[in-house]
Order: sequence, then structure tokens, then C-alpha cells
Amino acid sequence: MTITIAIHHVARVEGHGTIKIAIQDGELLDARWEVVETPRFFEALLVGKRWENAPYITSRICGICSIGHTLASIRAVENAFGISPTVQTSKLRLLLKHMETLQSHLLHLYFLVAPDFFNKGSIVPLVESHPDIVTMAAGMKLLANDLCDCIGGRRLHPTRTVVGGFTMLPDKKELSRFRGRLNDVTADLVKTVELFGTFTLPSFERETEYVSLRGEDCYPFIGGDLVSTDGVRRREDEYVQMTNEYGVEQSTSKWCRLSRGSFAVGALARINNNAAFLHPAARDVATGFGLAPVVCNPFMNTIAQLVECVHVVLESITLIEELLDSRWEAPRQAVEPREARGIGAVEVPRGILYHCYEFDSGGKIVKADCVIPTGQNHANIQHDLEALVTRYAAEGKSDAEITKLAEMLVRAYDPCISCSVH
Amino acid sequence: MGAAQAKTKTYLGVPVRRPKVAFFDFSSCEGCQLQIVNNEATLLDFLSLVEVVSFREAMSERSDEYEIAFIEGSITRGDEVHRLRAIREKADILVAFGSCACFGGVNQLKNRFADQGWVTRTVYGEHPVETSAVQPVDRVVPVDLRIYGCPVKKEEVEKIVTNLALGKSVVHPEYPVCTECKARENICLFDLGEPCLGPITRAGCDAWCPTGRAGCWGCRGPAGDVNISQMEAIMTDYGFSHEEMLDRLECFGGFSAYTGSLGKGVRRK
Repeated sequence: MTITIAIHHVARVEGHGTIKIAIQDGELLDARWEVVETPRFFEALLVGKRWENAPYITSRICGICSIGHTLASIRAVENAFGISPTVQTSKLRLLLKHMETLQSHLLHLYFLVAPDFFNKGSIVPLVESHPDIVTMAAGMKLLANDLCDCIGGRRLHPTRTVVGGFTMLPDKKELSRFRGRLNDVTADLVKTVELFGTFTLPSFERETEYVSLRGEDCYPFIGGDLVSTDGVRRREDEYVQMTNEYGVEQSTSKWCRLSRGSFAVGALARINNNAAFLHPAARDVATGFGLAPVVCNPFMNTIAQLVECVHVVLESITLIEELLDSRWEAPRQAVEPREARGIGAVEVPRGILYHCYEFDSGGKIVKADCVIPTGQNHANIQHDLEALVTRYAAEGKSDAEITKLAEMLVRAYDPCISCSVH
Repeated sequence: MGAAQAKTKTYLGVPVRRPKVAFFDFSSCEGCQLQIVNNEATLLDFLSLVEVVSFREAMSERSDEYEIAFIEGSITRGDEVHRLRAIREKADILVAFGSCACFGGVNQLKNRFADQGWVTRTVYGEHPVETSAVQPVDRVVPVDLRIYGCPVKKEEVEKIVTNLALGKSVVHPEYPVCTECKARENICLFDLGEPCLGPITRAGCDAWCPTGRAGCWGCRGPAGDVNISQMEAIMTDYGFSHEEMLDRLECFGGFSAYTGSLGKGVRRK
């Protein structure tokens, strides 16, 4: 008996991806993860544009991680022009980044993943059946987005973030109120940990190489060396050797490889490489879920995101206290364009994001390159999908069960497909 | 989604009929759809006002029975043209949702290159991927309503959708962003040394960017009676180059009627 499964445009993920599976008598004939998203050609449309266009335009690569794109782009321009951000700018950027991570992870945990464990198609039926959970999730996400507004001027496509710093600084009284709101959210995170503890994740594992930035003395988010669990270590400006992008027939997004046929980036990769730098309370949550590096179950990426929610909230409280204790300095440094190449690597919610630009002496972009986390994950999703369907088909699972597991696998990577095609 | 939304919404004591609404994404960052989910404080109220029957980014259920179709994104491929036409046939009201749908958005910057083959090769090398010139939605099918912005402003979306649900007409401001910026008592961006398209861009965002001390890039397209030569004079007076103005004017496609003539002599790549 032949079973064919086709899920056109998997729901509850960002962008357009399709799963196709063929099974004959319990054996896998074919399993494909196809990305059919339309490309928008950002790397071409930047060519000839002046430097200040880069962060503004590239933030439009993605609606979920527009702050990450802005910060990677700014870092690339600043690295090219020899600008080092001030301590104040670095802290504000990291705080903004943390709130993007929090809102994006919460979106994934509650809006995209949780409905699977309640056997629902979306969060909406949970409004009736579990109003406390929905209200709590919305409240936490609102806090993260409100703080993004406070620092970046806007939760989506930020306005105040520019090369050299910020156009204006947040009001300290307002910032102080967020310290209180963050403290309140820690209790909701405890409840979230309890809730996800009641979900049984599929036990599927496949040996995988995990790639992330490496923290020197703290958990990594903006800049740093590139490492893999297979022992590769490279500098930020050697990203091309780390990503090795190539084109494939089944995808409008490029794929990546390193030591093996594929690798994975994202929260699980970050923890697999940097667990020692987690906030102690976040490390306790990781331990409670058996998240002891190196974990090779892709479904655990969701748990890794939960661990990071705890980490970023606690670190943000400290960051706000440090900012409140310091005097505001000038928000913005002057920019002197020059002929140069600059790379910015940033850990966005789904993994390492690279922006690279080459400028002429007038500060116009001659060449642009963006390598997106989900693009780095596609080949790994494909290999996981093959292994997952092989195993569950052999176990005699129904096509409905296999369909759900295959969708859940793709969803576990929290793909940002529009972003990966860009 | 029915059961969760069964409560009857009333407005001034009159029961409101909840229209069936569907969201569709084309070439875009999906940020405008995300703005709906980013509406945490009022999301549940919003969901009780309409019946969302299709929203792939947030729900698995899908239905082809809808009255209002929100179209996010620009049209860049043949399959998108076919999909959009099929949606148009089913929808009573088709809404161009965000700058990409209204004007082509940042995606239309691709169109300024004479050699589209170069565009594809630059990104994909010798493995070209299908693409065509970026078009706004109304270039392909008739559009009943536009919601401007990159991204759309959630308060404005709520107001417009409420009006739609109540059967009220939707009127966009004709005055420019400057009017709202003045009302917020902001310092003029030009006096802070920042170029700004506030004088010629359609208001409705409550001067979102200038209030953050970032100049307007014109994402909502032109206000009524745009005086482009006066805009050029202001930019020149404050020491900004023709190219800095052009960068902003052509960013989202709303000013395409002006950038064609202004762009002469500018290097295309």
C-alpha cells in the first residue's frame, strides 16, 4: 500500500513551505521539505544604495525578527566604518534584542506550538477552554513588545535604531516601570515552565552538528566567534566558510552545510554550545527538562526557547538596573563612511544571522550578502524529516499521525521562511 | 474557530454582524499580519468583532467562505497572480494590506534595475529562480480598500475593521504627516539635521517615525496635492542631496509617479 501525504503551505509557521511524503508498505519512498516562497532579492536591491539605507531596508526582510535584522545590519555597517558602540548603546541594543527574543519565543511557544498539545488548530479555541493561559501568554508578549516600543520606537521595523547608536533615548521613568513589569513576568514564566512540563514531546533524535556564536564570558547574542559542536571555530568575518551556502532545486532559499551534510542553528544550538553561560535560574529550567548538552532531539528546540525566555527576562532586569544607575550619554556617534567590507553576526531567535556589505569610498553599497538562520536549518529539516518518517512509518503509525509529527517537526525549528528566502 | 467567537458583539446596543475575514500573504515579510497578533491588549476584542476563517500564519483551519480578504504583500510571480484572482472572485471586499500590497513596498526597488537578469544572478548565481516585475495588488485585480503603512499601524487597522464590520465608510486623511507631527509638538526633524518626507506623505500613522526622531520615509505614499518641487527645495535648503531624497521617495513605491522623472541620471547599480 502506498501512502502519499502532501501538506501545502504548512500552517502556523512564518512563510510558505510544503511537505511531501510517500510511503510504501511501511517504507519511506520519499520525504521532501520544499520552500516555495517568492524571493524579494534584498541583496540585489541594496546595490547602489547609500549606507544608511541598509538597516532600514533590510529590517523589512522579516516581520518577526526585524529588530535582529536591523541590529545585524547596523553591526555590519559599524564594523566596516570602524565604529565601536558605546557601553550605553550596547546595553540598550542588547535589551531591545532580548525583548525581540522574548516576544518571538512566546509567539512560537503559545501561538504556534501549544495548540498541537491541546489538539487544536490555533490558539483561538483556547480562549474559551483555557482563558487563563491565553491571557497570561498575551500579557507576557505585550510586555516584551511594549519594551521594544520604548527602546526602538516601534515593535516592528524599529525607528530609533541607527548606525552609531539611537536617534533618541528611552525615558528613564518609563524604563523603571518596565523593571517592575519584568519582575511580574517571572511568575508567569514559572507557570509556563509548569505547563510545558505537562506536554510529552516526541522522543525522536538524530545526530546533528549545532552551530552558534560562542560567548567569551556571557551567553552570546551580538557578535563573537562562530563555533560548532563538531569542534569548528571561526571568526565572525569568516562566516562564508561557516555557512557554505548553495542552491537546491526544491527550495527558493539557499541551503548550508559545514562538517556534515547539514547543521542546525537556533536556541537548541546556542544552549548546546553555551549552557555554562545561562543565568542560573534558566540553567535550572534546562536541567529540569533534561536539556543537558549535547541534545539532538529537534523538538527540544521549543524547550530551549523556553529556557532562553527565563534567561533574557532575568538578564534584562539587570540591564535595566545598570542603565538606570548610569547617566545618559549622547545617544549617537558620528559616522564617517569609507571604502570597506563589514560583517555583523547576531543571534536572532532562530539562530545566527549574518549581514555583510562592501562599500565604495562614498559609502555606497557595492555588494550585499545576508545569510539567514532558517536558510541554515533547511537541509537539517530535510534530513530530520527523512529520518522521522522512516522511523514512524516502520512503527506503523497512521498517515494522520505521521502528518501531524512531520508538521510538528518543521514547526519545532520555528522557521522564518520569508526571511530565509529574502 | 466558531465556538470561541460565539458571543454577540454589540455597538451602541445594536448587535454587530461578524463578517468572515481571511488573511493572505504574498511577497512580503508577513509583518502586517503579525501586527494583528502583536495586538495583545485588544486581540481578543478584535477576534470577537470578526470571524477569522483563514490565517495560515496563526491557525491550521482554512475556509474559502469569506467576505473580506486582507492581502498582504506584492505580486512577483505568475502563481501569485492566479492565486490573487481566485481570492478576488470569492471576496466581497478585497483589502490591500500594507505598503507592499498598496505600492509594491521595498520589494519594488528591484524594478529600478534595467537588467532583471542581473538581479537574479546576483542573488542566485547561475541557478535562476522565477520572478517578474514587482506589482502592487491593484495592478492585478480591483482593490476596494487600502490600509497603508510599513508596517500597518494596529490602531488604524482596528478602526478600519470596526468601520467595515459596522458598514461605515472608511476615509483616509488627505493631509500630510507634518500635521500630525505638529499636533504631537515634536521638534521639526529638519531642525535636528534629519531628512524627512513628512511634508508630502499621507498622514494616519500619528507621525510614528518623526516622534521617535527618525525622519519619514514615505511608507504611506503621497498626501493630497503633493508639491514635489517644494519638497526638493526644502531638502536642498537643509543641505541634503538629491540622492538622499530619492532614496526615501523610491523606498516603498508610493511615490513612483514622481521618482521616474526625478531618477534620471542616477546610477542604477
